[in-house]
Amino acid sequence: MELLSLALTPALLLGAWLSGSWLERRHLKSLLLLESGSSDVLALTIEKLPPGWRVTSFDLVIGNVVISQDYFKRFAGALKGIVGGNIRVFEPLLERARREALIRMKNEARACGHDVIINVRIETTTLASSGSDGKGTAGVEILAFGTAISLDTSPRLLAGGVTANGV
Amino acid sequence: MLISNTQDIPGKTIVEFYGVVSGSTVRAKHIGRDIMASLKNVVGGELKGYTELLTEARGEAIRRMSRQAEEMGANAIVNVRFGTSSVAQGAAELFAYGTAVTVE
Repeated sequence: MELLSLALTPALLLGAWLSGSWLERRHLKSLLLLESGSSDVLALTIEKLPPGWRVTSFDLVIGNVVISQDYFKRFAGALKGIVGGNIRVFEPLLERARREALIRMKNEARACGHDVIINVRIETTTLASSGSDGKGTAGVEILAFGTAISLDTSPRLLAGGVTANGV
Repeated sequence: MLISNTQDIPGKTIVEFYGVVSGSTVRAKHIGRDIMASLKNVVGGELKGYTELLTEARGEAIRRMSRQAEEMGANAIVNVRFGTSSVAQGAAELFAYGTAVTVE
């Protein structure tokens, strides 16, 4: 049994590395497409409404995603964790998840008929952590939420012709 | 029930405060989904089963919070926040809280 797992681990690592990086590339590609599709909804972290914005209706909108790192990167991350420093293998994962959660939040706002989201907040929660050897499930939830509003005029016009860059 | 995560209800004025209202739920997915998730864990990526689980659970927490506010006689909840904590492997507590108010 010990011998079997010793032989299996490198194979599992290689398989995880190949499929993990393929899935990551595919996800990044789909994110670019989805982001251009959801750019009509403006997401802002401001809490107070700027003067002149008259709200006609609003809804609380939520977007979430649970994502996990592949086995190879978890293993690499655990190794890097021993010496400390910047664990780069984890950064793309969280970035992907945040972008995905924002897109889902924007889609919900659009489904409710709103085009602006104010007071956007993003939270990160570790659902389950893997052991130090990189085994076991490890999921991270990214939650994005905010108040989606409809205005009686276009927010882009109210910004005074200046392009408003949201999240 | 009007629910917002801003300090006040956009376009309305708060006339009365009732205090904090909250709703929570602890959820776990059945074993089949857990096995799927642990397989997905090898290759990485989104764990759809867990995403759905948390979306459902958060909806339930919001409903419980709304019910509490209704019982108090409020018609809106402002400054809503969420808390998520994992209480055990595969089980998570979803918590929603805010301030119950009456708006005009």
